[in-house]
Amino acid sequence: MEGAPDAIDAALVARCRAGDEAAWSELVERYSRYVYAIAVQAFRLSAADADDVFQECFVRVYERLGTLRDDAAFRPWLAQLTRRVCIDRLRAGARDAELDGEALAEEAADELYRLEEALAVRDALATLPENCREILDRFFARDESYRAIGEALDLPAGTIASRISRCLGRLREQLEGRIPIAVES
Amino acid sequence: MSTGNHDAERLGELLSALPAVPAAVVTAAQELPRMRRELDRIVELAEADAAFRQALVDDLETALRASGYEPNRIVVEELRRRFPA
Repeated sequence: MEGAPDAIDAALVARCRAGDEAAWSELVERYSRYVYAIAVQAFRLSAADADDVFQECFVRVYERLGTLRDDAAFRPWLAQLTRRVCIDRLRAGARDAELDGEALAEEAADELYRLEEALAVRDALATLPENCREILDRFFARDESYRAIGEALDLPAGTIASRISRCLGRLREQLEGRIPIAVES
Repeated sequence: MSTGNHDAERLGELLSALPAVPAAVVTAAQELPRMRRELDRIVELAEADAAFRQALVDDLETALRASGYEPNRIVVEELRRRFPA
């Protein structure tokens, strides 16, 4: 799906509300990394707690999507909802029942900003050709070695570094608006 | 959101900031609509069948399995709420 992130969100949310299960699946896929990263990186939850928070967030999204006033504002709504679920989880596990939610949110603010920036980069990544998406995701997000990438994509390991460099260049151009966004049919 | 100053190192760092989520976790969330339908069917059945309702109260997970339902976390939590022991 191509276009401005807010417009993509609005279209997906509208389809979800109409009962389109494929759209729901796409929405979960689109935001899964973001929600999980908020739990693990911004609020430093354990993997087990992050799994629970992740499910709880999407249950709430599914149940409350009808209350979203502006479909294009899905992303900040989801971020806010995820922050609340993370803080609830930390409070539930804390000895001090008076854990200050505002202080927790403040501590997480820088990391949340970084994750929003990372999401913008992923939006740009999604507009690149498949070969670039694949190699950058494997190397940076899946932490695969040159050798593993070479084997998976049937490429000589010696060419991986230069391909990554070229694809990063394309990604940078995309972010800086130098090349038009690719439109896939 | 500023997306300026994207040198290769910074871009790599931002790509690494959103690692892949365990596939099972994502799949469970994607299956929410199906789970909700399943939950509605189970509740309907329990409301119509006192013996099944009692079996759910006595041993929820066994009763679900015996009726052909996989007792996933979301369904189990919701049923426990609706049919407390």
